[in-house]
Amino acid sequence: MSAGAMRNAAAFVTGLPWAGRIGGGLVAFWLIVAVAGPWVAPHAVGAFVDSETFSPMSGRFWLGSDYLGRDVLSRLLSAARYTVFLGLGAALVACTIGTTLALTAALWSGWVDEVIARAMDTMNSIPSKILALVLVAAAGSSLPLLLVICAVTYVPGNFRIARALAMNLVGLDFVTVARARGESRRYIALHEVLPNMIHPLLADMGLRFVFIVLLLSGLSFLGLGVQPPYADLGSLVRENISGLTEGAPAIFAPALAIASLTVGANLLIDATKQEKA
Amino acid sequence: MGARVPHVRVENLRVLVPSKGGDIAIIDNISFAIGRGEVLALIGESGSGKSTTALAVMGWCRHGSRIGGGQIFVGETEISALSEAELRPIRGRRIAYIAQSAAAAFNPSRTIIDQVVEPALIHGLMSRQQAENKAVSLFRALSLPMAESIGNRYPHQVSGGQLQRLMAAMALITEPELVILDEPTTALDVTTQVEVLKCFKAALAQAGASAIYVSHDLAVVAQMADRIAVLKQGTLREEGPAAQVLENPRDAYTSSLLSAVRPAPVAAKAPCDAAPLLAIRGLVAGYGALRDGVPSVPVLRDISLELQRGGTLGIIGESGSGKSTLARVIAGLLPAAQGQVLLDGTPLPPAVAGRSRAQLRQIQMVFQNADTALNPAHSVAGILGRPLEFYHGLKGDAATCRIAELMELIRLPRDLIHRPVRELSGGQKQRVNLARALAAQPQVLLCDEVTSALDTVVGAAIMRLIDDLRRELGIATVFISHDIHAVSAFCEDVLVLYGGAPVEMASREVFNGASHHPYTRLLLSSLPAMDPAWLGRVQPPVPTCAAAQCADLCRFVQRCPVAVPGLCDRVAPPVHAIPGQRWLCHFAPTSVTERDQA
Repeated sequence: MSAGAMRNAAAFVTGLPWAGRIGGGLVAFWLIVAVAGPWVAPHAVGAFVDSETFSPMSGRFWLGSDYLGRDVLSRLLSAARYTVFLGLGAALVACTIGTTLALTAALWSGWVDEVIARAMDTMNSIPSKILALVLVAAAGSSLPLLLVICAVTYVPGNFRIARALAMNLVGLDFVTVARARGESRRYIALHEVLPNMIHPLLADMGLRFVFIVLLLSGLSFLGLGVQPPYADLGSLVRENISGLTEGAPAIFAPALAIASLTVGANLLIDATKQEKA
Repeated sequence: MGARVPHVRVENLRVLVPSKGGDIAIIDNISFAIGRGEVLALIGESGSGKSTTALAVMGWCRHGSRIGGGQIFVGETEISALSEAELRPIRGRRIAYIAQSAAAAFNPSRTIIDQVVEPALIHGLMSRQQAENKAVSLFRALSLPMAESIGNRYPHQVSGGQLQRLMAAMALITEPELVILDEPTTALDVTTQVEVLKCFKAALAQAGASAIYVSHDLAVVAQMADRIAVLKQGTLREEGPAAQVLENPRDAYTSSLLSAVRPAPVAAKAPCDAAPLLAIRGLVAGYGALRDGVPSVPVLRDISLELQRGGTLGIIGESGSGKSTLARVIAGLLPAAQGQVLLDGTPLPPAVAGRSRAQLRQIQMVFQNADTALNPAHSVAGILGRPLEFYHGLKGDAATCRIAELMELIRLPRDLIHRPVRELSGGQKQRVNLARALAAQPQVLLCDEVTSALDTVVGAAIMRLIDDLRRELGIATVFISHDIHAVSAFCEDVLVLYGGAPVEMASREVFNGASHHPYTRLLLSSLPAMDPAWLGRVQPPVPTCAAAQCADLCRFVQRCPVAVPGLCDRVAPPVHAIPGQRWLCHFAPTSVTERDQA
């Protein structure tokens, strides 16, 4: 990274309101955990290290143990990787595809718009869990497949929102100016329309990320998602649900992890929006 | 309470907006008084604080601002000392507000009558039935057609001028003692404006209400106001009786406002007999599917015109007359159904997609509203740089250099280059908008209402700038405008459109004379004069022919004061031509004048 880019990054951070800095800090923290987590984990992810289940926080097990006596901290550190990379990755893929299709539909309009919109409606009508079941049954569970399932599930929703945004913008004078200049539709889509819808789209992506975390945990519960002994954050919550009555950290730690990740992501997105507006 | 005690008193009003370095006063130390039944006009450019002042009299401030000092009395009540809860029974009842855009002020999903009677019902003044009766009598007083039934319509089913009057009915239904009118006729055509102004004046006089009239149009203010207060940048520059302010302004700023209203004519260029640069022949255009070469919603009918190199053509007409559509057809945004647009003798392909980049470069359009015509996500450099790269392949240093030249050309400081356009003022945006068109180095510049969103002074400066550039660069210019003064001052030829038909085409010398098509006469007579007695004098024309609208007949026949039944509603009008003038009417312009006088 050049010195200029560093300075830009520093200026970006100092320009953020305090809520944005907190959000940025949380997101950065979880990104680091996702990358480095498994190396710093004190125990193997599937190792049964405690004779008790749902033990409280202690010097040996910082976050207690889970319903099978495994170390919650170690499991959390490895789960973060799946949630962050699968969740963010799938949200990114879903929004990229959805927005690209939306821009195509908005600028070409007519029958192109009609075909894309109806295809999206059709996709919307397929229940995501059934789709996952069929695909996993056909190809076996794997991380790339999970990514594809999560992404495909949320493309139509993003398409709807992006198309509505783009349709409003396409009618504005500056797009007409670009048309009168003789610009290609591709240029208009990327340079005139897209920059004006990026902030609502980021907010939408934040929302989709939360949905994907929930979908992933649902899939894992059905045995279609991340395969044991590995787990994502959502699955940790679900598998330790019986610890709720005991107030075990095994259920609160991953729940708080999801909350801090999603709240952080949304704070950061909202802050960049305020700064630009 | 004696007659000499003013009805409304504003003393040392300050409105503050918090900022990092302490509060900024956007209204600073303004005082004025309005007698009972008087109309005070607040005039000034946008940003001068005239709306803010008017709204402060209702005890209302825009989000983020607050009244930071001074006292406001309406009658015996000190508005500035009341809480939000105490203001509620006053607003809409004792003080009513009429907003600039009635179209935006009405809820489109409820009927008009529901909304008009709402203030009376909210304040519990009368029963629904009484309120409806009162509304109908107000509709009559405001000369609305079909007073009994118009309330059952929805806002989109009435015209803009009618909606503005309906909003006045909404404001007057509670018999307020003070009415605040915020630019109520700015969005209307001149011919509609006359009717609305007459209605407002009569209704206010009948109600005996005092009024604050916010406007930037001095000629309109001259008709309405008893007193005028001139505001600039939140301070009061001058306040006094209307006649004195208009005839003997004490403040230099007021004088500059007055002189901007009537631009001095610019010298015409020497006529040349060379082939026209831009020629339009038999143009028909519109929207919808074509049938026999005529679109299902025809907008323009049989337009022909010529424009010399470096020449200027003004196009005037009401909204809906097709003047913007004509610009869109020339620019290729709306392909013509019939006819040709020729540039330098070569027919242009009808649509943008068919035109070459060189052809597109020659014709550039400046859009009306710079707020929407400039992409808010881009910087000034980005906006000016794109046509340079697109048409001329300029990049890097060459482009930077050219952008700096353009900034100089439009007289903007260079340090604005890297600012995002949303940080610029309205006038600066319009200059950038113009510079973008100039960046292409066009031969024809289409200016679509480029000054209508700007204040008088800023607008006049933009017009002068365009005129200077036209002389320096030899660009042929088409001015589309509803500002007849500006067009007749800046343009060598004037085209008047009505209902998409070219009713009159005249050189400036002839146009500034007396003989015109009946519609042009109506337009000219609807222009408010600075004379306060003008509104009383002007008589709306009485249509003589109740013919059904028909595509082949004269478009103006339903409103024409000289139409002859049996002729005008049967036979299509012929085109007459004398040197310097061409018109579409059964009668010669001179005979129209004679008829009028008879």
